Amino acid sequence: MITHVENPVVEVHDLTVSYHKKPVLWGVDFTLPQGALVGILGPNGAGKSTLIKTIMGLIPHSSGFSKLFGKELSEVRNRVSYVPQRESVDWDFPASAYDVVLMGRYGKLGLFNRPRKADKEMAMNCLEKVGMADFAHRQIAQLSGGQQQRVFLARALAQDADLYFMDEPFAGVDASTEAILMDILKSMVTRGKTVAVVHHDLQSVKEYFSWVLLLNMRLVASGKTEEVFQEELLQRTFGGKLTLLSKMSELVHKNEFPVRES
Amino acid sequence: MHFSDFIIVFTASCIAITCALLGCFLVLRKMAMMGDAISHSVLPGIAIAYLLSNSRDSWVMLLGATAFGILTTLLIEQVHQRMRVQEDASIGLVFTAFFSIGVIIISAYAENIDLDQECVLYGEMVHLPLQSLYWGKQAIGPMAMYNAVVMLLLVLTAIVLAFRRLQVCTFDPGFAVSLGISVSVWHYLLMSLVSFTTVVSFEAVGAILVVAFLVVPSSAAFLLTQRLSHMLVLAALIALFSAVGGYYLAYWLDASIAGCMTCVAGLFFLVAFLSQRLLNKTIPLTKENTGTKAIGIN
Amino acid sequence: METIVRFFSLQDPNVRYVVLGMLLLSVSTAVIGTFSLLRKKALAGDAVSHAVLPGVCLSFLISGQKEIWSLMAGAFVSGLLSLWCVQYISKHSKLKEDASIGIVLSVFFGLGVVLLTFIQHQGNASQSGLDAFLFGKAAVLMPSDVWVMSIVAVVMLFMVYAFYKEFTLFSFDPGFAQSIGLPVQRLEYILTALMVMSIVMGIQTVGVVLMSAMLITPAAIARFWTNQLFRMLILSVVFSMIASVAGAYISFLAPNMPTGPWIVVVLSGMALLSFLVAPQRGIVWKWWQARILKRKTAEENVLKAMYQLGEKENSFQETYTLEDIFSRRAYATVYTSRILQRLHHQGYVIWEQGEAQLTAEGIRKGSLITRRHRLWETYLTQVVNIAPDHVHDDAESMEHLITEELEKKLLEQLKDPSLDPHQSEIPPIN
Ligand SMILES: Nc1ncnc2c1ncn2[C@@H]1O[C@H](COP(=O)(O)OP(=O)(O)OP(=O)(O)O)[C@@H](O)[C@H]1O
Ligand SMILES: [Mg+2]
Repeated sequence: MITHVENPVVEVHDLTVSYHKKPVLWGVDFTLPQGALVGILGPNGAGKSTLIKTIMGLIPHSSGFSKLFGKELSEVRNRVSYVPQRESVDWDFPASAYDVVLMGRYGKLGLFNRPRKADKEMAMNCLEKVGMADFAHRQIAQLSGGQQQRVFLARALAQDADLYFMDEPFAGVDASTEAILMDILKSMVTRGKTVAVVHHDLQSVKEYFSWVLLLNMRLVASGKTEEVFQEELLQRTFGGKLTLLSKMSELVHKNEFPVRES
Repeated sequence: MHFSDFIIVFTASCIAITCALLGCFLVLRKMAMMGDAISHSVLPGIAIAYLLSNSRDSWVMLLGATAFGILTTLLIEQVHQRMRVQEDASIGLVFTAFFSIGVIIISAYAENIDLDQECVLYGEMVHLPLQSLYWGKQAIGPMAMYNAVVMLLLVLTAIVLAFRRLQVCTFDPGFAVSLGISVSVWHYLLMSLVSFTTVVSFEAVGAILVVAFLVVPSSAAFLLTQRLSHMLVLAALIALFSAVGGYYLAYWLDASIAGCMTCVAGLFFLVAFLSQRLLNKTIPLTKENTGTKAIGIN
Repeated sequence: METIVRFFSLQDPNVRYVVLGMLLLSVSTAVIGTFSLLRKKALAGDAVSHAVLPGVCLSFLISGQKEIWSLMAGAFVSGLLSLWCVQYISKHSKLKEDASIGIVLSVFFGLGVVLLTFIQHQGNASQSGLDAFLFGKAAVLMPSDVWVMSIVAVVMLFMVYAFYKEFTLFSFDPGFAQSIGLPVQRLEYILTALMVMSIVMGIQTVGVVLMSAMLITPAAIARFWTNQLFRMLILSVVFSMIASVAGAYISFLAPNMPTGPWIVVVLSGMALLSFLVAPQRGIVWKWWQARILKRKTAEENVLKAMYQLGEKENSFQETYTLEDIFSRRAYATVYTSRILQRLHHQGYVIWEQGEAQLTAEGIRKGSLITRRHRLWETYLTQVVNIAPDHVHDDAESMEHLITEELEKKLLEQLKDPSLDPHQSEIPPIN
């Protein structure tokens, strides 16, 4: 149940990813249309973060490729934004919310350039958009989890990209904040941007997303929400691990076997 | 104040500030003990270079020993990642091995090397003004001082120019990669600077004071500030005051200069720690964010 | 030869004390090191060994003499204090443990150096050699030192014996240990006290820096060889003992060679060797496994190629030349004929005069590989949801890894399929 599209924004082709030679994603193959709000769903350890990180070039893949806007990642970095899981950074870092958001502009700055006035204004604007203007100069450790998540979203907004990958932006966020963040995402999509979000709450999927990826060690389905988000496919995604596939992963790991002969 | 006193204080201050600046990044990256490891494992590099070039003050020695520092970093990472030895153990494993090799080389060529363990650990600050740098035939002041100044300028330039890169690589390496920044290049650049600094500093102030200056002022500054730029400045100031204050304390007590500088830095840390404790009691922080703390997890 | 005899017969009293002392030290440091490694506190030992200096100096300043017991008491107290500081700093501030170790280590040591130079400059006659406490003096161990060491070692072993279960649980999972009602706090105190005790004793022998190696390296090597705590304890003690004797021997042969550093170098050499040859994780082991696997893969591929040629002609009795085989698989001529020779020896193939024919056993094996290949392709398309044109490469490598057990499970889950995604027949088991 994998729907492919013409002129995709994201094209992932036969992607296999391993940690320490142990495959955790097998042969993932999908395309995403422009302007979609994509929900990436799957149980814990399904490889959702891994998929995003691989597309963003954070981890190498064992086989296959991914293309963004029909090009290599390195050619279009300025058009892509990545929002890591909140737990992946140490919030004790001495920086204010504003400092973090300003980092979103670094990609467009040269190595030795300082942020210009326009960059600073942009950062402030983005903080405002997520409702954090009052906290701009607060140290990030002194923000609540939801506020930290908003800062991350503001940083992504500051990147002014065309394609966004967000790893669990709603984790630890209360209902009203989630609604605010969701409004922002929806308005981005209406402006023609593409947003892919790792999401855990199945209740809200139909309401939030126009496209859904179901993932569990392999891609179960990819397509329009109304086609893909259905009992049987969800059962296949969340109904336990694929024991055979995990066993095989173990064997590959134990033998230090290259997944592909070369 | 004698000219030689001035030279000692000036050199020590340069070293202290350099170490404190680099130390900020080490502390933020949770790599404080890498500083300890590097400062010990440059010993064989120093000993070998010493044997080859027959003097203390040469660029051969500086570069040779720096190479050992970088090698240490690489080895620790390899042992940790490829051999899956836990990180603290791989640090301990590698630096003790290097240090022992260094001590053995020194004992084997004891008559050729004017170095010993004590000197390595405590430094010989009083001997600083002894070796001069020559411009033609004219002595223009101690070599160690010039080295320290060059090093400080180098590190300052690197940090000022690459401030934003270092900041984003330290705070959120994953995001940095997604921006197309080569995180590992910056990592090794930083570690090379630490190695180089350690080597330049070690003879003047000893391995332990290098560790002290790397970790103590930056930690104190970390507790008191909320922005990276402030942290760097405050750490540098604390380092400077520790160096100067330590010198006078040593003079007054007639005790080790390096030791006194460490103690003064320790006092600064104590003050920072206590004031932070008091502040925390009055303004409770959100405790929710401290889940990443190293202690108490395992 | 003579020196070997003289050394190992322990005639020389000096040798006797050194060897005995080092062996005792090895036992206690290796045991306590294993626990601290498992508790991820390997570097805390480094802090303690630097932090004993101010205690030693203060105790000397107070008592005014170099009496071993009072110096050790001073060292013990400041060692404990340093560990407490490390805990306190990382608990009550946003500093992580690495930074607090670095702070405590350097500040305590700096304070110690100040006190030491202060004492030296005061010109107290008996001060000389106070810093032997720091740099070790393995070569000149006294009977009294050996007594102290045996006491420490005995206490250590007794405690570990008495609290083995508790220590084990506590080291692996303190949270769980607490939840089942173990006195976690008290266990922590005991382990800490034991650690400080063995460090205080060890420093005088091998010196500050190398003390860390005695704690960390044997345990890290042992961890590399086994996952089981008891074996790990035994192994780390054995490694540590071997290194100690070797170190003592080297400095016996060449008296200007320091014992401590040689012990560490020997230990590090053992670590290096383990990284190379240890089963499962060693580099050589892995390389060897990869080689075996590669060979097996090549052999199986040839059998499969011949089997599939036979499939096409509906007869497995044909003979094939190298060219025929190459039509299914590109390999170098020499390489393939060598593989055929090996298969001939193993009885899968009759390989004579440039012609190869499958034996009954070969047909069975060829069908087995083909079956596993096609089963895996079927599995990937049906269950893993991969498009049929993408599954071949993956199956090409997995067919060599699939075990009999896995194959059975595949057949079960796929309900004995007869055709693979490319409509080729899956050979049945016979
Ligand atoms: N650094 C790593 N080293 C080894 N294995 C890893 C690593 N990171 C993840 N894994 C493994 O890869 C698999 C996929 O992990 P991933 O983090 O992508 O899952 P996820 O779908 O994001 O889960 P979650 O919902 O918990 O965030 C898991 O089985 C995990 O154990
Ligand atoms: Mg995840």
